Amino acid sequence: MTRQIAGAVAWRSVRIFIGNPQFIVPAIVFPLFFFIAFAGGLSAIADAPGFDFPAGYTAFQFVFVLLQSAAFGGVFTGFGIARDFESGFARRYLLAARDRRGIVLGYALAALLRALLTWTVLTVVALVAGMQVGGGGVELFGLYGLAVLVNLTATMWAAGVAMRVRSIQGGPLMQFPVFLILFLAPVYVPLALLSGWIHAVASVNPVTALLEAGRGFISGEPVVVALAFSIAIALPLLFALWARSGLKRAEAAG
Amino acid sequence: MSGRLRNQVGQLARRSVLRTLRQPGQIVPALIFPLFLLAVNSGGLKDATNLPGFPTDSYLTFALAVPFMQGALFSVMNAGTDLARDIETGFLNRLALTPLRGAALLSGLLAGAIVLGLVQAVTYLAVGLIAGADLAAGAGGALVIVLLAVSTTVAFGTLGLFAALRTGNGEAVQSLFPVFFVFLFISSMALPLDLIQTQWFHDIASANPVSYLLQAYRSLLIEGWNLGDLALGFAIATTIGAIGMWAAAGALKTRLVRT
Repeated sequence: MTRQIAGAVAWRSVRIFIGNPQFIVPAIVFPLFFFIAFAGGLSAIADAPGFDFPAGYTAFQFVFVLLQSAAFGGVFTGFGIARDFESGFARRYLLAARDRRGIVLGYALAALLRALLTWTVLTVVALVAGMQVGGGGVELFGLYGLAVLVNLTATMWAAGVAMRVRSIQGGPLMQFPVFLILFLAPVYVPLALLSGWIHAVASVNPVTALLEAGRGFISGEPVVVALAFSIAIALPLLFALWARSGLKRAEAAG
Repeated sequence: MSGRLRNQVGQLARRSVLRTLRQPGQIVPALIFPLFLLAVNSGGLKDATNLPGFPTDSYLTFALAVPFMQGALFSVMNAGTDLARDIETGFLNRLALTPLRGAALLSGLLAGAIVLGLVQAVTYLAVGLIAGADLAAGAGGALVIVLLAVSTTVAFGTLGLFAALRTGNGEAVQSLFPVFFVFLFISSMALPLDLIQTQWFHDIASANPVSYLLQAYRSLLIEGWNLGDLALGFAIATTIGAIGMWAAAGALKTRLVRT
C-alpha cells in the first residue's frame, strides 16, 4: 500500500515537473550556470600555489555542482509540497492515503527522479567540456551514491519545513540554510588552501567531508570515504525524523 | 520640469519609497545575500591573489565590487515586482484614469530603487571597509562609488519596470532574476578579465557590460582615480538606464492602450 501511494505521489510530481517549463528549465539550467561560471571562469585558480588536484579544475568544480544540484533538487521538491498544501491538494493526499508515510516517500522519489535528469545533463555537458575522470566504475558509483544521499537529506529537510509552514512563503527557510551550508564548505579550493574564519567553519562543516570524498572519487584517489558515507547516511535518517514530525503537524492541522 | 509634473513625480516617489521601506522582505535579502557571498568568496578565493598579475593582494577589495552589482540586480526584481503588483491589483488602471503623465509614473516608481540603492551602497561600502578592504581613491572615491551604485541600481530598475509592464505578472518578473544573474556570473566577477583562461568564457566576459561596471568600482577601490574606467562605467549605466526607460515607456503606452 505504501509503495502504491508513493508511486502515485511521485508520478504526479514528476508529471508536473516535466510538464512545466518554469520548473524543469531552472532545474537544469541553474546547475549548468554554476558549473560554467565556476569551472570556466575560475580555471586559473588551479594555477594557485598549493592547488594540486589531479583531475583538473573542471572535475573539482563538477563535484560541487553535482552535490549542489542534488541538494537543490530536494529543496525545490519542498517548494512543490508547500504549493500542494497551499492549493489544498496535499490535504486530499492526507485524506486518501492510508499510510501517510507513502506521501513523503513519493515526494522523495520524485526529487530523486528530477535530480537524475539534472545529473544526466550536467554530466554530459561536463564531459563535452573536457572533464577528466580519473576514477573507475566503483568510484563513480560512490560519487553518484553520495549525490543520491544528499538529495534525500535535502528532500527530508525541505519536506519537514514545508509540512510545518504549509505555504510557499516557507521557501527561503528551506533554501537559505542549504545554500549557507553548501557555500561554507571548500567550494573553490581544497580545505588546506583555505585560511581564517572560512577554514575554521569549513573544517567542522559536514559538507566538507562529502565534497572531499566526491572529489577523491572523481580523481580516482578516494579519501575520507567512511566518514563521508557515515555522514551521508546519518543525515537523511535524522531529517526523516524531522519530516515525519512535520507530517504529524500537518495531520494535526487537518 | 513643470510644477505639475514635479508634483506627480513627487507623489509617486513618496509612495514608492514608503512601500520599499515598509517591505523588509525586499530590503533584508538585498543587503544580506550579497554580503554573505562577499564573505564566502573573499575567504574561499583568497588564494587567487597569488596568481601572477592579480591586481591586489586583498581579494576582499577585489570582490567588494560584486555586491554593488548584485544590489543592482535586486533592484530589477524590486522595482519590477512592485509595478507588477500595481498592475495585478488594478492600481495602474486607476492611475490611467487620472491625467498622470507616463514620465511621472516611471520616474516616481524608480524613487524606491534609488533609496534602496543608496542604503545598499553605503552598507556594502561600510561593511567592506570595516572588514579590511582598501579604498585607494579615498573619501572622494567613496562618494563616487555610492553615485555609481545608485546610477547602476536605477539603470537596472528600469529593466524591471519594462519587464513588469510587458508581462504584468509578478511571478514572471521574479523568474527573470536568474537571467540577469547570468550576466553577473559570466563576467569578470571572480577574476580579472586577463586572468580568465577559458577562451570562450573570456570572450563572453569581455563583451559583457557588467565586467566594465565591475571594473569602474574596482578602479576606485584598487587603483585610485582611473577616469577612463569610471567614464566607461557611468556611460554603461546611463546607456542601460536610457534603453530601459525607453523600452518601459513604450511598454507603458501599450499597456495603457490595452487598459
